Amino acid sequence: MDSIADPNCVAPNSSQTKDKGLALLKYVLIGLVFGIIFVKAEIISWFRIQEMFRLQSFHMFGVIGSAIVTGIISIQLIKRLNIKSIQGEAIIIPTKEFKKGQMIGGFIFGLGWAITGACPGPLFAQIGSGYSVVLVTLVAALAGTWVYGRFEKYFPN
Amino acid sequence: MNQFIEWISQPWPWYVAGPMIGLTVPALLILGNKAFGISSSLRHLCAACVPAGIPFFTYDWKKEIWNLLFVLGTAIGGFIAMNFLANPDTIVISEATQADLKALGLTNFSDLMPLEIFNWDTVFTGKGILFFVIGGFLVGFGTRYAGGCTSGHAIMGISSLQWPSLVATIFFMVGGFFMTHVLLAPLMKLVGF
Repeated sequence: MDSIADPNCVAPNSSQTKDKGLALLKYVLIGLVFGIIFVKAEIISWFRIQEMFRLQSFHMFGVIGSAIVTGIISIQLIKRLNIKSIQGEAIIIPTKEFKKGQMIGGFIFGLGWAITGACPGPLFAQIGSGYSVVLVTLVAALAGTWVYGRFEKYFPN
Repeated sequence: MNQFIEWISQPWPWYVAGPMIGLTVPALLILGNKAFGISSSLRHLCAACVPAGIPFFTYDWKKEIWNLLFVLGTAIGGFIAMNFLANPDTIVISEATQADLKALGLTNFSDLMPLEIFNWDTVFTGKGILFFVIGGFLVGFGTRYAGGCTSGHAIMGISSLQWPSLVATIFFMVGGFFMTHVLLAPLMKLVGF
């Protein structure tokens, strides 16, 4: 199998070129910057997530909102200027098809987000920052992912 | 240099952090034709470790190794930020949130995380089961069922103007509000707060 044919996967790899060796290092570096931002803007903080869901601080709404605005502008520029990837490929933006899971699963994720104070990105940053007990949360999240995959066909979608 | 370190050690405002996170989208697209998304890494880890012949986990996860390297980087970034760029002052949490959380039984507001929950001693108690096991399970199950998390849907999906991702994001928030305002208080009481 060449790629994940499953449209359920929202982060498909559209690259034709295979990254090898040192070329893979760039993903570690982008992730590293990402992790630093998460800690420095206190996005990994359980308290900041509580502030957000209690509408008692603008911080997280500002972070997510301005990230989206930056993303929209970037993607528009890529499309309009027909920018290619550094490998010279046409950039592919995966299409997300509507499914019931986006509502049911989305709601379930929201419940977990408010308990753990972390979506998957901050989960990794929390572990790296020294909150080693979050490893338990990570294992539980892997179990949740696995159970979804195992019983996928029984869940309405 | 010292001034720079001092400046970088302050908590970063949203208008610095948000745009930088947003730039991850074009960075991944331009550097590797990759769509931003983090919860996929959980799926790849399942596919790599316990595929168990399940079709959902039977694919070439090695092709997606970039995603695992990205989250490895995120963890390393967390380590660097906490050990070399840490804010020397205590976190400033909204007074209203502190009051609400005090009513739920939390007392320690000096760290990024509530230390009375996030420590190894609570793992095998009701608190650990609620905050790590149940919470983590819901995050992993929900993101996969929804086909993405805050990064894949809220940031990547909405940035590329796809309405299903907006729907997903609205339901993330609805779930979070419901837990925070309806379920959290009774659940915390149940586990001994």
